[in-house]
Amino acid sequence: MFDVEQWIESRETAGLLNWADQQGAAKRFGVSVACIEAICLKRGILPARYQRNRSMISCREQLCLFTSHVAVVGCGGLGGFVVEELARVGIGHITVIDPDVFEEHNLNRQLFSSIADLGRDKVAVAAQRITQVNPAVVITPVVKAFKHSNGLGLLAGAQVVVDALDCITTRLELAQVCRALEVPLVHGAIAGWYGHVTTQMPEDHSLESLYHHPGADKGIERKLGNPSFTPAVIASLQVSEVIKVLLDRGSPLSRRLMMVDLLDMEVAEVSLVADASETGKGSP
Amino acid sequence: MITITVKLFANFRVGRFKVEQRDYPQAISCRKLLAELSISVEELGVLMINGRHADVDDLLSDGDSVGIFPLVGGG
Repeated sequence: MFDVEQWIESRETAGLLNWADQQGAAKRFGVSVACIEAICLKRGILPARYQRNRSMISCREQLCLFTSHVAVVGCGGLGGFVVEELARVGIGHITVIDPDVFEEHNLNRQLFSSIADLGRDKVAVAAQRITQVNPAVVITPVVKAFKHSNGLGLLAGAQVVVDALDCITTRLELAQVCRALEVPLVHGAIAGWYGHVTTQMPEDHSLESLYHHPGADKGIERKLGNPSFTPAVIASLQVSEVIKVLLDRGSPLSRRLMMVDLLDMEVAEVSLVADASETGKGSP
Repeated sequence: MITITVKLFANFRVGRFKVEQRDYPQAISCRKLLAELSISVEELGVLMINGRHADVDDLLSDGDSVGIFPLVGGG
């Protein structure tokens, strides 16, 4: 270990280690690039790919992100952008769960879809892409439909879960599993020009406040569809929430729903009650 | 006589309005207001009274502002 540390320090310039040296160290000492990344960050040396993070994310925080595990449930419109952004910002372990393959109607918005990959498992394509973008990230692709019955196992070990599903019933099951695991859930949903985000902390029932009609699996997206830009916006808001929760910074959308209207360019906020007994004023 | 402010969001605005002040002889439930606006409870996502999440059977009184959002669930 001493040798590798010494070697890294001999290559460091202005607190940065460039990719060629990160790769070189891994090869020279027979370890993974992820291992080199961990050694660098622990010694306050930043892999050069993160240098534009540096003013807003300290090296210590970058290490926190690198040692974090985030599970993304759904790898479609929202999930694709979420996974890409998590990998680029430096989350060390990403589990991505989706049972579907890419189809032609995904091409208008789903980041990882391409003509060449039609018919391939979405999570396999995601894993391939992330390995190209940031090889220090461990990505675990899971070709399964998330359900209440398999949820505990699928999400085990994640510090934060991202809801990028497209079915309301499954979202509610996910919310329940996250409460059982005591893990924060960053929820996002989209329809046409519109979307919303909230972060459910383990003690909250935020999703139950949003989705209270039993059996309703779809909302207005059934009528409006989804373009390319709405998932990108909502996914980015979700990723910023993940980072804040992991780093304990800023003000996450806990018990707050942020609604985004890209047609009229308006943002509205709704205060969500903690439980049914606190439901707003005026009840008989 | 009471006056309430109704704010519609997203596609609920289409063919209706963004914001409107409405007068009623007495307190009115959100459910009744939705029926007047031809918005079904199935289409409803979130109701907000004075910035706070509310229930469809909550009553609106003088000076209240109610926000009505459609159900959004896509990913």
